[in-house]
Amino acid sequence: MMDKKIKNVFREGAISSEFIANSIAKHQVKTNIGAHNIFLGQVRADELDGKQVEAIEYTAHVEMANITFHEIREETFEKFDLTCMHIYHSIGLVSAGEICLFVFVSSPRRKQVFKALEFVVEEIKAKVPIFGKEIFEDTTHQWKVNQ
Amino acid sequence: MELQIKYYGMLAEISQCDEELLNFDGTTGADLLHFLIQKYPSFATKDIKVAQYNQIIDLGNKITSSEIALLPPFSGG
Repeated sequence: MMDKKIKNVFREGAISSEFIANSIAKHQVKTNIGAHNIFLGQVRADELDGKQVEAIEYTAHVEMANITFHEIREETFEKFDLTCMHIYHSIGLVSAGEICLFVFVSSPRRKQVFKALEFVVEEIKAKVPIFGKEIFEDTTHQWKVNQ
Repeated sequence: MELQIKYYGMLAEISQCDEELLNFDGTTGADLLHFLIQKYPSFATKDIKVAQYNQIIDLGNKITSSEIALLPPFSGG
């Protein structure tokens, strides 16, 4: 099932547990699915020179990012036998411990979802123009770079 | 030609603006980067990607859009 329309992947602020739970619940009617796999990216309280990261403020080239997310979706559907896929990424401020990325893939069988999820997450990290500013407790900041 | 340059992340912090109109007489992405480094010297130390029409270009490619995005390293997820 491939959706040709370019969706807005971004959600303002953290992605709540309720949102994730609802998303799972919505799939109970899709009884051809036998396996879900979920990735949750969480803001880590990294330490630098004794200061802790309190939050990450995400900005993005939103238009280009949504197109890139769409291309990643299409490529993933081509590569793997998936029933559906959902991606949500935060924009704006997300505190340490909160969720900033939610990727949800579903398939009739388990093997596809393990491979597909890793592929999607790695592609997002490498290709989507999103920028995270790590804000420390003393309000100083540094720009995050994906490894 | 007149270009609308959009800056993102740490680059917007350096330029102190999200976008600006600049007159550019070069041809390629590399020319543009060189031109912008004159204006913002610390761009020289950054890993910058140039995008037009929502796509990253090779620096040897021609600038054909009047709207250009300057992107620092990505850090989504």
